[in-house]
Amino acid sequence: MYEFDYHQPQSVNDAVELLSAKENAKPLAGGMSLLPSLKLRLARYSDLVGLEKLGIQGIERRGDTLVIGAMTRHHDVANSGTVQAAIPALASLAGGIGDPLVRNRGTIGGSIANADPAADYPSAVLAMNASVQTNKRAIAGDNFFVGLFETALEPGEIITAVHFPIPSSAIYVKLPNAASRFALVGVFIARFADGVRVAVTGAGPHVFRLKDAEAALSKNFSVKSVENLTVDSGELNTDIHASAEYRAHAVTTILQRAVAAMEQA
Amino acid sequence: MATVTLTVNGQTVTADVEPRTLLVEFLRYHLGLTGTHVGCDTTQCGCCTVHVDGVALKSCTALAVTLNGASVTTIEGLEKDGKLHPMQEAFHEHHALQCGFCTPGMIMSSLDMVRRKGHDLDEETVRHQLEGNLCRCTGYHNIVKAIQAGAAAMKDER
Repeated sequence: MYEFDYHQPQSVNDAVELLSAKENAKPLAGGMSLLPSLKLRLARYSDLVGLEKLGIQGIERRGDTLVIGAMTRHHDVANSGTVQAAIPALASLAGGIGDPLVRNRGTIGGSIANADPAADYPSAVLAMNASVQTNKRAIAGDNFFVGLFETALEPGEIITAVHFPIPSSAIYVKLPNAASRFALVGVFIARFADGVRVAVTGAGPHVFRLKDAEAALSKNFSVKSVENLTVDSGELNTDIHASAEYRAHAVTTILQRAVAAMEQA
Repeated sequence: MATVTLTVNGQTVTADVEPRTLLVEFLRYHLGLTGTHVGCDTTQCGCCTVHVDGVALKSCTALAVTLNGASVTTIEGLEKDGKLHPMQEAFHEHHALQCGFCTPGMIMSSLDMVRRKGHDLDEETVRHQLEGNLCRCTGYHNIVKAIQAGAAAMKDER
């Protein structure tokens, strides 16, 4: 790692001030992605601002909304009775991230801010159009993920919580990379009174909605209505793990499995 | 430099370190606790697993400054009065190691498994919960048996 100065502010305001005062500062949440990239010298910052003392962790249900603090660890989301009762698919998603030791440290805010194209949480944020709360505004899930590792967050802006509208039912199914457990393809389906939303992670440069599937499933929620659906591989990722064509096919397969599992439930 | 104070295996230690010092570097180079190993150094193998405030983490992927004030337990902190911890005993009894490099991390991770999943662990649970720990000798068979036996022995000791 290159050298940096470390700060441990005690409030969101202090953290925001530090981030704007320093020339090239970066917030550090659980560090499960940022620290490895620093160790590989893929990134360099003058200052790191630790978010661990800001008090922005915790899980709470407020009516039809599930509120999860940005510094809430994956393990706590996976094992929360509140999450399991409100959005079991979200608890299950959190319980499938990385490995148990990574889940003990990694946070929902960090995962979303990092916007790794193969991360799990972005699919939940987009499929439920969750509202991402920051120190200065609320950003709709639909507008949050804008590119490869790129979000709508401005420099120095900190996520404080994520507000998930509770769907009537939901599921997350992923085809994990066998070594890293990142999603080669992950599909999140959320059913709401006014329709079905489907988000796909792992396949493209960033998480995206599958609008053809949404329309078909909103009309008739069954495997049959998506069995002939195809996905254009043109904009999907090719890497050492899978080709774009493989991912396109996997999206349709995982989608059908997810729908089938919801039909049986 | 930054001043870091940790309670390590029950003893309070303070040191001035560069902010970029990883917890595992603090343990190995500043305190000489070389039982915590560095395997992959990329958050994959789990050889560097220690407990921080009772929760297991990969110490190659945590800054010492972040954890200032915390209580850390390493493999060296498990034995009491010259007697091995029941999980260490179980690894010995079941020959749950070949080269032994992954063993400290395996043991620290298995104790976290007991914390999260209880004392009655079936084989499938153990194998899944070990996803963060790699044994490059591929000696998982006896490791799984040892963890099941060690978890049960810990129950009897309570």
